[in-house]
Amino acid sequence: MHEHVDSVKTYTIVFVGLLILTLLTTVVATIDLGQFNIVVALVIAVVKMLLVALFFMHLRHSTILTKVVVGGGLLWLGILLLLGLSDFVSRGWLPVPGK
Amino acid sequence: MDSHVETLALREQFETPAQQKEASTLGMWIFLVTEIMFFGGMFLAYAVYRSIYPNVFSTASNTLNVVIGAVNTGVLLCSSFTMVLAVRSAQIGSRKALIVFLILTMLFGGVFLGVKAYEWNEKFVEHHVPGPTFHLEGTPMQGQAQLFFSLYFAMTGVHALHMVVGVGIMLTLLFQAYAGKYTPDYYTPVDVGGLYWHFVDIIWIFLFPLLYLIGRHHH
Repeated sequence: MHEHVDSVKTYTIVFVGLLILTLLTTVVATIDLGQFNIVVALVIAVVKMLLVALFFMHLRHSTILTKVVVGGGLLWLGILLLLGLSDFVSRGWLPVPGK
Repeated sequence: MDSHVETLALREQFETPAQQKEASTLGMWIFLVTEIMFFGGMFLAYAVYRSIYPNVFSTASNTLNVVIGAVNTGVLLCSSFTMVLAVRSAQIGSRKALIVFLILTMLFGGVFLGVKAYEWNEKFVEHHVPGPTFHLEGTPMQGQAQLFFSLYFAMTGVHALHMVVGVGIMLTLLFQAYAGKYTPDYYTPVDVGGLYWHFVDIIWIFLFPLLYLIGRHHH
């Protein structure tokens, strides 16, 4: 049994990309983009996460089953964040009887 | 009944080495999914309180040293790079390179933890630790500011705890690699240990902008 072995060059490119993205997110944070500062910061973080997961964690060579499990994990994280936040956002929308 | 000789790469209960490897990798990923949910709760708490008190969170965040944070992110990325090279060394059967890269990974992890300890100490000196002596300049909302630092200590603290566990895993892998346990046919623990290490790296990839960068544009 021999798996796919990625080249050192591939890993080096990904590594340099991660360092550049770290520098980028640090510099962009000093520019006033209003509401979009947090959006840009999170988009860069997600790109970095994908680079680490797909290349360093070999997810792109993984079986469908593994990918489904990881996707399921992220889906549940999405449910946690979305439902949790929608609760806080919508609390003031309806009056509470007797209050 | 055919009797196959049991090896590390093929235990009795598995059909093929690939199936055994897949079982271990999948098991690790399922553990990591539980970790996603574990950290997810703290990220949700952060998101809720930041949405309620955005200005205090900005002020509090700006007291963190962004240069140290960015450099430490780089250090952690270096450790992930050496970790993936350690796994690759195991894949191609280079015991010497595996040992060197495992040691490098531990070193980078150690540097990260050392810098973190320095930062935490700074918080104690500056009275930025939640409690009776807490004081943050530039805002009357001391209670809300303590929320930020409570989340800061909880999230970076639990992250650092994972790093300490990771260094322990690296140490175990190092001893076993030194003893010659790993071959291109069997290096699953190195692979799975790598998954854990990279996961902890990903958590920091989100912690860095959320804790250090959210208020920088107000300067």
